[in-house]
Amino acid sequence: MRTRRLGLGAVFAVPVVLFVLVLIGLIGALLADGAWDGIGAALVALAVATTVWARLRGPGRPRH
Amino acid sequence: MKPSTLRAWSWVHTWSSLVSTVFLLMLCVTGLPLVFSHELDHLLLDEAWAPADPDGPRLSLDQVLETALARHPGDVPAFMSFDEDRPVVNVTSRAPDAPAGSFNFQPIDQTSGEAAPSVAGHPVMEFVLQLHTDMFLGLGGMLFLGLMGLFLVAAVVSGVVLYAPFMRRLPFGTVRVEKAVRTRWLDYHNLLGIVTVAWVLVVGLTGVVNTLATPILAYWKDTALRELVATRQAPAAVGEWASLDAAVERAKVALPGKTLQFVAFPGTDYTTDHHYAVVFHGDTPLTKHLTTPALIDIRTGELAAVAPVPWYVKALSLSQPLHFGDYGGMGLKIVWALLDLMTIVILGSGLYLWVARRRQGR
Repeated sequence: MRTRRLGLGAVFAVPVVLFVLVLIGLIGALLADGAWDGIGAALVALAVATTVWARLRGPGRPRH
Repeated sequence: MKPSTLRAWSWVHTWSSLVSTVFLLMLCVTGLPLVFSHELDHLLLDEAWAPADPDGPRLSLDQVLETALARHPGDVPAFMSFDEDRPVVNVTSRAPDAPAGSFNFQPIDQTSGEAAPSVAGHPVMEFVLQLHTDMFLGLGGMLFLGLMGLFLVAAVVSGVVLYAPFMRRLPFGTVRVEKAVRTRWLDYHNLLGIVTVAWVLVVGLTGVVNTLATPILAYWKDTALRELVATRQAPAAVGEWASLDAAVERAKVALPGKTLQFVAFPGTDYTTDHHYAVVFHGDTPLTKHLTTPALIDIRTGELAAVAPVPWYVKALSLSQPLHFGDYGGMGLKIVWALLDLMTIVILGSGLYLWVARRRQGR
């Protein structure tokens, strides 16, 4: 599994989606108030959440 | 990617980071409390206060200005701003021979003329802010930190390019915890680096724009405001100025429906030597960050112009909230702080990886 070479699309799939969502959050919270403050913060927080998710999901986690 | 191309990108990543890491670490560490500066100022400066005569008549702006200047004889006014939740007018003035950036700041109770306690600018926060802005080195320090911001952008871009060859055989998010410490930190560096790209680029680039505030405003004055001062002689002395209250009222007529934010006096970045700049902002989420100044002739009190605000001044205005993270409530501030901490880990691990590789190379 780990020796298979991934294409650029596979390498950057999650990072590109994350990049777009975080940008939407950063700009959305600037352009609108109210609900968008929460939505914007949540979208930007995806950068933090993705890190936690990637670690919990576990490639590289010690095998039990 | 050809090995020579990879080496070139690797060189860019290593050196753009090494040159800037110490300063970027300083910016991240000082930036962390600054994200919460409003809350921290509130906490540090907490003091029960009520206006002397809450329902009584308010002093005019001219009287407030006179009162403030009487307490610092010889000072020239620089700015006047208005608290939103208490009847307090803030007067910023400076002695003509004071060093650049040295101001006297006086919150004044508009119901009595007495001094009111500050609700912003605790000395500790001011120190942190100054370190973050220009390291106490004035314009040169600001521009230098802007250059460090450009190195940061180079490091992020080259880091993204290098991410691909490193991750070709690893699913997203892999951290090889069973491998050597260095490998583990490389994986963390890659993971944290790639998930923070959007935020770091936005905060980095808007930070760079903010370091250019002084030249941007100077250019605006030299171009857009040039015609207003083309035929002027010597600036009027403070005693010869037209009524400030009348100037503000005149400006309000010219810009109906907007909210008064502050007044800039001659000699500051925001106006000419011959005009009050009465500065307003809009009321929508976006336009409350965008200012529009009405320039009032300081001798006659006549409206000289509603100054055009070109795209680069608007870019500067929008760069401030996008850098500070103070535009989306407490939730966004907390996310800002978390991403700031993640950036510190990226910088630290990058430095560690460089040191570890050099040791190994010996």
